[in-house]
Amino acid sequence: MKKNLIGASALAILAGSQMGWAGAHEGPLKVGVLATLEGTYTALGEDGVRGLRTALAQADNMAGGREVELVIQSTDTTPDSAVRGARKLVEQDGVSIVIGPLSGSEGIAIRDYAKTQPDVTFINGISGAQETTYVDPAPNFFRFNMDGAQWSAGLGDYIFNEKGYETIATVGEDYSFVYTQVFGLVTEFCAAGGEVTERLWVPLGTKDFGSIIAALPDDVDAIYLGLGGGDAVNFLNQYQQAGGDANLIGGTIMVDGTVLNSKGSAKDALIGVPSAGPQADTWDDPDWQAYVKAYQDTFPPEERFPSPSLLATGYYNATSAMLQCMDSVSGDLSDGQAAFRDCLTGLELDAPNGNITLDENRQAVGTNFVSEVVELPDGTLGTQLVAMKEGVNQTLGIDAEAFAAIGLPSRETPECKTSY
Amino acid sequence: MIRRFAERHPWWSAILGLAVLILLYLIFAIWPEWLVEAIGRKKIFLNALFNGITLGGLYFLVASGFTLIFGLMRNVNLAHGSLYLMGGYIGFFVADWTGLWLLAFPVAFLLVAMFGVILQLVVFRRMEGEDLRQTLVTIGISIVLADLMLWFFGGDFFNITPPGWLSGPMETGIITSQRVRSSGEVVTSTLTYPMVRIVIFLASVVIGIAMWLLLNRTRVGMLIRAGVDDRDMLSATGARIQLVFVGVFAFGAGLAGLAGVVGGTFQSIAPGEDIRFLLASLVVVIVGGMGSIPGAALGALIIGLAEQFGSVYFPTYAVVLTFLIMVLVLAFRPQGLLGRA
Repeated sequence: MKKNLIGASALAILAGSQMGWAGAHEGPLKVGVLATLEGTYTALGEDGVRGLRTALAQADNMAGGREVELVIQSTDTTPDSAVRGARKLVEQDGVSIVIGPLSGSEGIAIRDYAKTQPDVTFINGISGAQETTYVDPAPNFFRFNMDGAQWSAGLGDYIFNEKGYETIATVGEDYSFVYTQVFGLVTEFCAAGGEVTERLWVPLGTKDFGSIIAALPDDVDAIYLGLGGGDAVNFLNQYQQAGGDANLIGGTIMVDGTVLNSKGSAKDALIGVPSAGPQADTWDDPDWQAYVKAYQDTFPPEERFPSPSLLATGYYNATSAMLQCMDSVSGDLSDGQAAFRDCLTGLELDAPNGNITLDENRQAVGTNFVSEVVELPDGTLGTQLVAMKEGVNQTLGIDAEAFAAIGLPSRETPECKTSY
Repeated sequence: MIRRFAERHPWWSAILGLAVLILLYLIFAIWPEWLVEAIGRKKIFLNALFNGITLGGLYFLVASGFTLIFGLMRNVNLAHGSLYLMGGYIGFFVADWTGLWLLAFPVAFLLVAMFGVILQLVVFRRMEGEDLRQTLVTIGISIVLADLMLWFFGGDFFNITPPGWLSGPMETGIITSQRVRSSGEVVTSTLTYPMVRIVIFLASVVIGIAMWLLLNRTRVGMLIRAGVDDRDMLSATGARIQLVFVGVFAFGAGLAGLAGVVGGTFQSIAPGEDIRFLLASLVVVIVGGMGSIPGAALGALIIGLAEQFGSVYFPTYAVVLTFLIMVLVLAFRPQGLLGRA
């Protein structure tokens, strides 16, 4: 499967010839898309692409007077699949803009790849590892979604003060995004006075959770689940079979539409479970409702979820930002896309899930939603807003120096302390 | 047979006997403090043990068909995972439409077996004896099937719901811990274990024994065994070898389909599962020995246990453990544990 030498050099020549007109501002605009259309996160990637298509449909597929030509490239959550995909998009297809990737560790890899391709602008799809924009960010990588820690904002407070959970244990997939999510939860929950007794990590793509379920401590008030996609469904299914009845707390993609709409009854274990993330499905804000309707109108009911998942929202916002800035520069990407990037940097994105601005690392500052899972009148499950937190920045309101002193998210970082 | 083994390998029998005794102690004794401190709570150990065995049962169902087809036809069917996935999807829709979980098994078995017959007649018969060509074609078929299934069923996770009497846990009566309260009352907790996993494990044992009997006690089994040993000689004796080939391929494919329903019930069905189970079958068959049914059972048990104990006791390296076992087997016994050189 490895590319041979001839193939590689042919690619290099191709890439060279495409550079010549990548900067022109006529003709169709080639946009590359990275999404996880294989493996554990397939359902997530598919809905991400739906979000992107919703935004394009609203703009009649035109960006700054140029027709948008999409090249969609599948990845499988591994960093090397993301880089391979991005190389194909940039060096072979000659795209000017890449939207994606979806998964945390992919984002970190694409940040590094972006530095080697200064003529292409990368707008993150929905990947949420902290490191992607916090450590050594790439000047041409923009992220209009918050990271996993920001998505935890408000949850620690809520479960400690409203739910009364004093000790919790966490189970999470063993990779950067979930580290970041647990980072956000632990800093807030421990500062509120709670205690995290144990952190269990499972490989991404685990199918048999039987032994992990047995290893869950039974002397804690609640268990936090930082799982997503197929892993989440498998866990819930086996948890139900094992007769598990602990209080659960959901990670952001654990209680997302991608899991809440899965086939089978396993998801019912999530009813009443609190979680936090960049959206609440049943929020009554008119902008949000308009977006939900646009999503529903773009696809027939059997080809979409009842309402957009946060993956769709992430890709929708990334695409909206791209479209708005292409309009404001009238499709002109000359001069190394300078004007386009200036526009992105200063953009205040009026997103359906609250206003989003970028900080000096081109990382989103936005609104976070604490919600609980409810059964909707039509029998499907959705999240209902219980608390909102506006203006959440990447350092979670903690002083920048103190935040840096906590260390980067990892299996054991941050430690559980009452102040940071 | 046991006596003969003991006479020929006194040391091995002693070690095996000791291991069995230790295992029985670990399962039934109430663990003393030092043991709990050394390797954690008994409940975790027992669950890992039972989960490893039940997961081994599922792996056996998939890998036995794989190894049977290989043993007879020397055909490395790399589309075997796709058959598993197909069985899972068929099982989901049968169980969903009729509400009968049990009906999903025969329907998935028959439909996937029929598909296996078509594959054998239309594809493999045309390239008999050309190993490399068959292998490449099966890779191609698996890619096409994976894309077709993604097109039909989407990327969602399908989860087959077992009937009410099977969901939920069951009391096993094995004591996991005893502690004395300050009032002097003794609190005993026993192990509860998912019902569905026990049933599935028993079913795979029954299927395994039935297969063994079929192979060793019937005329058809004799034909198959003879074919495994020397295909050309068998056909020279006038046996209708093509019919045996079709039958074995259908049976192996059907087993994969059946396993798909099992996997969809206690795990889930989604794109990508085909590759995972193909890989699992390959590892199981390499460890156990290509073409050997008892080897598939042993390999499946070892891999299942390794995965579960790994995920509990050293989660970081759990993934590596399976492949480490494979490397060790390949290094010291390349024909597999029960394979013939």
